[in-house]
Amino acid sequence: MTQLIFELSQQHRRAASQIPAANYDCSDIPAEFLRKTLPRLPEVSELDVVRHFTQLSQRNFSIDTHFYPLGSCTMKYNPRGVHRMAMLEGFLQHHPLSLEVHSQGFMACAYELQEMLKAVTGMRAVSLTPMAGAQGEFAGVAMIRAYHRARADHARDEILVPDAAHGTNPASAVQCGFKVREIATGSDGNMDIDALRAAVGPHTAGIMLTNPSTLGVFEQKIREMSKIIHAAGGLLYYDGANLNAILGKVRPGDMGFDVMHINLHKTFATPHGGGGPGGGPVAVGERLVPFLPVPMVQKTADGFRWLTETDCPETIGRLSTFMGNAGIILRAYFYARLLGREGLHRVAEFATLNANYLLAKLTAAGFTPAYVTRRASHEFIITLKNEAKTFHITALDVAKRLLDYGFHAPTMYFPLLIPECLLIEPTETESKQTLDAFADVLIKIMQEAKTNPALLQTAPHTLPVKRLDDVKAARELDLVYIQ
Amino acid sequence: MPFIPHTSEDIKQMLATINVVNIQQLFDEIPKDLLTADLSSLPLGVTEMELMREMRECANQDAGLQCFIGAGAYEHHIPAAVWDIVGRGEFMTAYTPYQAEASQGTLQLLYEYQTMMARLMDLNVSNASLYDGASALAEAILMAVRIQRKHQSHRVLIPRTLHPYYRQVIHAIVSQQNIELIEIAFNEKTGRTDQKALAAFDKQEITALVIPQPNFFGVIEEVDLLTDWAKTQNAIAVAVVNPLAMALLKPPGQWGKTGVDIACGEGQPLGVPLSSGGPYYGFLTCKKEHVRQLPGRIIGRTVDAEGKQGFVLTLQAREQHIRRAKATSNICTNQGLLVTASTIYMSLLGPEGLRQVALASHHQLRLLKEKVAQLADVKILFSSPCFHECVLQFKTPVKKILQALATYRIQGGFNLQPVYPELGECLLVCVTETKTSEDLEQFVRRLREAVSAVREVCV
Amino acid sequence: MSNVPKTLKYSKTHEWVRKDDDVFTVGITDHAQCMLGDLVYVELPEPEITLEFGQECAVVESVKAAADIYCPLSGEVVEINEALLEHPQLINQDPYGKGWLFRVRPFDNASNELLTPAEYSKQVASEAH
Repeated sequence: MTQLIFELSQQHRRAASQIPAANYDCSDIPAEFLRKTLPRLPEVSELDVVRHFTQLSQRNFSIDTHFYPLGSCTMKYNPRGVHRMAMLEGFLQHHPLSLEVHSQGFMACAYELQEMLKAVTGMRAVSLTPMAGAQGEFAGVAMIRAYHRARADHARDEILVPDAAHGTNPASAVQCGFKVREIATGSDGNMDIDALRAAVGPHTAGIMLTNPSTLGVFEQKIREMSKIIHAAGGLLYYDGANLNAILGKVRPGDMGFDVMHINLHKTFATPHGGGGPGGGPVAVGERLVPFLPVPMVQKTADGFRWLTETDCPETIGRLSTFMGNAGIILRAYFYARLLGREGLHRVAEFATLNANYLLAKLTAAGFTPAYVTRRASHEFIITLKNEAKTFHITALDVAKRLLDYGFHAPTMYFPLLIPECLLIEPTETESKQTLDAFADVLIKIMQEAKTNPALLQTAPHTLPVKRLDDVKAARELDLVYIQ
Repeated sequence: MPFIPHTSEDIKQMLATINVVNIQQLFDEIPKDLLTADLSSLPLGVTEMELMREMRECANQDAGLQCFIGAGAYEHHIPAAVWDIVGRGEFMTAYTPYQAEASQGTLQLLYEYQTMMARLMDLNVSNASLYDGASALAEAILMAVRIQRKHQSHRVLIPRTLHPYYRQVIHAIVSQQNIELIEIAFNEKTGRTDQKALAAFDKQEITALVIPQPNFFGVIEEVDLLTDWAKTQNAIAVAVVNPLAMALLKPPGQWGKTGVDIACGEGQPLGVPLSSGGPYYGFLTCKKEHVRQLPGRIIGRTVDAEGKQGFVLTLQAREQHIRRAKATSNICTNQGLLVTASTIYMSLLGPEGLRQVALASHHQLRLLKEKVAQLADVKILFSSPCFHECVLQFKTPVKKILQALATYRIQGGFNLQPVYPELGECLLVCVTETKTSEDLEQFVRRLREAVSAVREVCV
Repeated sequence: MSNVPKTLKYSKTHEWVRKDDDVFTVGITDHAQCMLGDLVYVELPEPEITLEFGQECAVVESVKAAADIYCPLSGEVVEINEALLEHPQLINQDPYGKGWLFRVRPFDNASNELLTPAEYSKQVASEAH
């Protein structure tokens, strides 16, 4: 067991070389404003710190150490060179409020990324500021609202989402003051077009979709859907969660979408960082350009300049203190440059090849795909409904057993429509040999389910902890360490 | 093929397994007229070596300047160990710790972070972070609105001494939900929030009062009075603070008779580089009774099947992936990697180190103020004590003074004229522990030259 | 097969109702607690407020799910089960007894929209397919 850093603490121990040593005085600040006792932070040496946190890191699965086929998360390799470039002193020490003349290096990169994202999405303009996919969604839906309001079309108070949508879609729509209506999915994985027709009307502000959908299949009637929504006066929002499946192949702008976000931490290989930072730039078609969030970068004959509220009076405003997750913007740009047009074109191809190969192998081995007749996109779903009944195991048990074999588990129980499901996304950066090894282990785990289901039910067995009691965690909240 | 490992033999075998003739066939469910993406306007790929060289030159364009700008992003020394450890792939390339058993490193670290942040603010609980300081304040306001859900309408008081960009961000985020943001004026002598302006709202139904410490001008606000006012009104007191300053100044949990309900702010000063404005992280802490309304990821300590200590994501039923349209927020990430940096930073500095960094920054600003006070045509604007940042007032355009300083490779501060035109020609200057006495001498000398150069041009 | 006591009435949204003199006691069914799993948190209505039939009035949460409780009749809340705030597991252990949620004094005899035990059992059975 790794002790908490607070348990390593020894009174008066310190990392002396990090502490300014002089005797400073603060007698100009009246005592009523001062802190009376020091904050109870750990008192440890530099070696204590380095060893503790290095040891903690070793209790993690990560892309750098394990295959991580987490569906809808696009856990592809995050190039080290990209990270090194973003950590160049000139970029790190650049203050966000430096004069434009002292910001041309960063602004050039940001501008070029804006242009590249326009090209791959088929959209008219891009703002890089949203700091994650969910904030991109918020920005996109806020722009839809601003668009209707600017036309004095106040009746449009409803956003449509598929029942299989990621939970952020309805949550973002509500944060923008909209009501949410769910549309059913047909048995083939496509949206039920009749249900969509019945749902639209003068109250429809727009629809939020991803394509390929969260079910891992391409929404084939997208053009028809786009006509239905547009005819009703609504707009189409594209959730970029699955952009990796079509990068360099299909452009959301060509499918009829009016606005979208791009997850830089998925499609553009920026590190997930244990849950963030991400990046969620938004791209829009002609109609929504005036409403884009600021700041953006403009290119002029005298160099790059910031576009702010003054230049964009109809903007939905500012979503971050400065320029969003600038370091992530740099990383996405470097990644796009390393790949170039020929490399970006291959992303969707090999992501799709890997997913379909793994699906074919698993189907041949007796696993049940959620959509038997459909081609996989960059990801696919298998359902363990039958295995669950026969062997009294769950998708969770299989996921936990995979950890024992050194594979991160796929996404479980999402989308909610498919019982006992695993959503598997191998990404283009994994080799055939890794996929083979993963398929072999899944097959082996099914053998274990037959012969010794307890092995699955009590997994994992080889990790630093056994299965954790999350009921206790929620009932007896212990969120901070009390000494 | 960059980052694609497939050999031609692999591809052949894989296509055979799928039973297709080529990769194109895998896209046969997509209508042909949609397969039209054209990337020809994009540049060709380059090697790492080529791009590294190009980017080194690009980064150097903006490098090598002395920085006296603060205004919400602060230059501090970051110990080498911090980003060496943060850069480990096990932290950097992991995802949200959904599989707790395979994520104990990240989870334990976040639990330690929550503990440190709660202690620094002297409040009961902390989440595992939000995007940045401004968006954390927006979430804090939405949280206050949920706590006060019985109010007929929602009016939130925002001092004009709050960072102008924070005011813009909260407006963009919360105004979508029929929440009224009311600006509270400041006293032009002290630079503090005006108690009289606040008194105009006595006995009215107010959802929350936002209290910055220090405020945007660096001025130390009368936080006890403000907190007590909020509590007598039954308004939620929301502190927005510089976390480093809280090692020196009274923490929000001790303000007034009861302490504040919620404290949030920008985590960047604790080990995160300036990096053009991000990625940073927002912290959000609160009293225990409000924990159900706290948005974002929260880590809890529990036990495993054998009774051994372990950590999990908890209170997830508040979140979008379960509650969907009824979630406390649409957020589904934290800024894990930046929190990793801050947790290591706070561990290295410890209680005394953090206080010393805050004190050194404060001390260096006092030195600067003493020197600037001797300059002609420069006035230190506010009489109140401040923390590591102060406002200088000039008789000539600040824009020109900044341009003149730039010729000496000095970034002189943040021009307040566009955001506070009522103050005239004012500059917000920041000094941290990174500036030596020689740096300050140099700054003041160059400032004197810049002021006189601009005066000559203007006359 | 879950327990559906013959003496109670039910709603389509898995609440049960029991008449005790002039007040009605409301809870969630054994089937509902079973589907939700171990409950970790309960949010109850404020005493003395009035509720409409079908109004969202409480929330029960497990680790992986949250469910809204819809009031199965119109009336005034006269009592809530405060023991649940500390011990939500009472609902799992005894859904029809110690796990009751709140008591309502109805405005009229509006419970005619409720299901009989047989009708509710049939609904549960059909949902399983």
